[in-house]
Order: sequence, then structure tokens, then C-alpha cells
Amino acid sequence: MEVTVITEEQIDALLADLLERYGYDFTGYSKASLKRRIQRLYSLDKALSFAEFRFKIANEPLYFKRFVEQITVNVTEMFRDPTFFKTLRNEVLPKLGTYPLIRIWIAGCSTGEEAYSMCILLQELGLLQKSLVYATDLNPAVLEKAAQGFFGLSQMKQYSENYIQSGGSKEFSSYYTAKYSLAKFNDDLRSKIIFSTHNLVSDRSFNEFQLILCRNVLIYFDRDLQNKVIGLFDDSLEELGYLALGSKETMEFSGVSKRYRRLPSDKIWRKMN
Amino acid sequence: MKTCEALVIGGSAGSLDVLLKVLPDLRPDLSFPIIIVIHRKHGADSLLPDLLKGRTTLNVKEVEEKEHILAGTIYVAPSDYHLLIEQDRTFSLDSSEKINYSRPSIDVTFQTAAEIYQDKLVCMLLSGSNADGVNGLKAVKAYGGRALIQNPADAQVPYMPAQAAQNVVIDASLNIEDTAEFINLLS
Repeated sequence: MEVTVITEEQIDALLADLLERYGYDFTGYSKASLKRRIQRLYSLDKALSFAEFRFKIANEPLYFKRFVEQITVNVTEMFRDPTFFKTLRNEVLPKLGTYPLIRIWIAGCSTGEEAYSMCILLQELGLLQKSLVYATDLNPAVLEKAAQGFFGLSQMKQYSENYIQSGGSKEFSSYYTAKYSLAKFNDDLRSKIIFSTHNLVSDRSFNEFQLILCRNVLIYFDRDLQNKVIGLFDDSLEELGYLALGSKETMEFSGVSKRYRRLPSDKIWRKMN
Repeated sequence: MKTCEALVIGGSAGSLDVLLKVLPDLRPDLSFPIIIVIHRKHGADSLLPDLLKGRTTLNVKEVEEKEHILAGTIYVAPSDYHLLIEQDRTFSLDSSEKINYSRPSIDVTFQTAAEIYQDKLVCMLLSGSNADGVNGLKAVKAYGGRALIQNPADAQVPYMPAQAAQNVVIDASLNIEDTAEFINLLS
């Protein structure tokens, strides 16, 4: 795959198909990354020609499903960037503890690792019972996986280290039961998570939250789409609520940012009144 | 002589030393950006740009996503993200799967840069112990750009440049002491 055989025009034609046939709008995605993902799938599935590839996506819903699963990035881990979770534990969540009901939205939750991490924090702070965690993704396949609460046992060493670095002091293994090569996370964590499909590009605000996490999703969008999605978050955030982005993402370029104040240590902004 | 619109330098084990020796001798008015993709441990952020800052009067910064790429600036890829170049000469970051056990992967940056800058791209592969960057150099050549390596005999860990030399038609194999002058002459 040294030389790309897929042209910009072909990508544009494919994206137009996806919008027309399925209502999925990828036109605001960062082109370089999207092109690389499409190229990867094209090579992986040994398509005979781009025309065939495009036809198959447009006319076979099952293959379209595979396409969405493969071109969206679903790399995530529990307690990724431990210092970020430390700030949630020590600064953000205690402030939310005064609310009678805590509503949290994890946008672009992928296979759910952050949602379970969040519930572990809430449980340790004694807040889980009065919390609801909405975990959404555009990709139904990853949500199915997320809802099952199974993660690879081989990952637990890394996640346990992340957990400890994030300020966790319990035995991380007390949160799951090992079953063959899998770790099944406890049902009480799962009980406060609502998994649902939501497409940041085309779907609207569906509730008001005190905390929105959307980490390493905006990097895949161009500036215009980023701006639109930050507007969606702004519409979905209560006053004094928090918006958390990925370690290399920002909302500073957006018009709404002047009503927000950033926490000094992390990519977390608080909506001021 | 072809013009150079961007220089991308990739390296792994043993490459930091090369940068520290080459940077002080670069001319302060370079007419193109230098984009550096070095394998490093996640979490060691901002250390590398700071280290390089002390060795040059050129502006050194860690890449921010969607940032415009400017001449005369040295950009460092952040750890744990792939670094891609967009058609409008901005950077994109991508946290997808590791490639060649690496994120950032040198191949990814070389390949996307090759598509954008085509024959106005120069890429250089330094010391390292895996073959990340070799496929990228192939793409650079296919688009008419130039491929440079650190002379494997001069490298702390020769495997990476040696792999490139075996698999790609290299335009120049440079010793550390000649590298800054070579880069200055691209300007």
C-alpha cells in the first residue's frame, strides 16, 4: 500500500453515496485519516476495483456495516491518560456530587472502556447510585460489545496500572471476573450506563448534562465540523457543567469558548454563567 | 535542482543524538518546515520539543491538530498519535492502531506527506531498530520525492536505515557531520 490508488474524486463519490443511501455524513471528516482508513479496508478486502468496492458498499447493507466498523477508529483503553482521570476523581466529580442526579454523556464511547472507567470512579466516590452515564457511538457494533462488559484479560495489567496512576487504591481485579481470556466487568457498574447510537454529525442534543466526555473523536473531524459538534455540546451542557476533550484537542477556536473556563491542568472546560 | 517544500525526519533508537548534533548547524532562515517523527514512550510529552529548543534558534513546537504548517518551523509529532498531512497543508492526528508496533508511525507521516508534497518532499530516516519508515520511503520515491538515510555505518542502531537502503533507491546516505549542510542546501 505504498502508493494510494484511490483518488480524492473517488472518495468524494463514495461519501456522496453514503450520505444518499444511508444518511451517514462523512464529508466533514479529516481527509487524510479517512482516506487512509478507506485505503486500508480496500486493500484488506482485496476489492477488484474501486467501482466494485463502491457498488458493494452502496448496495449491500451488511458490507456497509463492515465499512463503518472498519473506517471508524475504535482504539481506546480504560483510564487512558491517567492524570485526566485523576482530575475527574479529585476535582470534577466531587463538584457534581452536590446534584441530586448526575447526568454524564460519553460521546464516541466506542467499545465502552471509558464508560466503565467512569462508573468505577463514581462508585468509589459513592455517586454511582444517583448517576446516569449515556454512552453513545455512531457504530452499533461497538455498542453491542460495550454493553456486554467483556474486555480482554491480557489488557488488565495495563488498565490496572492506569487505574493506580489515576489515583485508584482498590484491587483493580475486584471489578471483574476472569472468564477464559476475558474479563467480565461487574453488573452493578453496567447498571447505570445507557448505551445508544448517536451520530455527532447529524443527530441533535438529546438531554442536558453536567459532564460531557468526547476524547479523541474531534481529531477525525475538520474545523467546521468540530465547531458544529462543540455547538452541540454547548447546547447539551448545563451551566457550570464540564466538557472534556482528548489530550490534543481544543475548543478554543470555537465561538462559544469565551463562555468557558479551562481547568489549568487538563483539556477540561467549565461552562460559566 | 528540485525545490523542497517540506522535510520529514523519522527515527527511533539512537536518533535523538543525531538531531541534537544536526540542529545547531541549521540555517535560521530555512525556507521549508521540518517535521520530526520519533518513536518515544507515551507520557514523555513536551520533553522532546524542549530538548530540541535548546539546540536551535528555529521555532520548535509539538504539533497541534489542524495547525497550519509553516516554513522555518520544526514540528515534533506528539507521542501516542499518528501524524498526517492534509491537502490544505495542515496537520491531522489519528489515534488508530499502532503500525510497526509504533504510534506515531513514520510510515504514516511519510506516506501522507508523499501524497501532498509529491516531488517537493524530502524524507530522511535515521538510526533505529525496526523497519518503520521503509514503506513510507517507497511511497516518497513513487511520488517523485527524495529519500535520504543516515549512513548505517554512522548510526547507533543501523537496522532502520540499512533496511531502507536495501529496499528503496536512496538519494543520499549521510553522515551526521554532513547532514546539517545537506539540509541547508535544500533551502
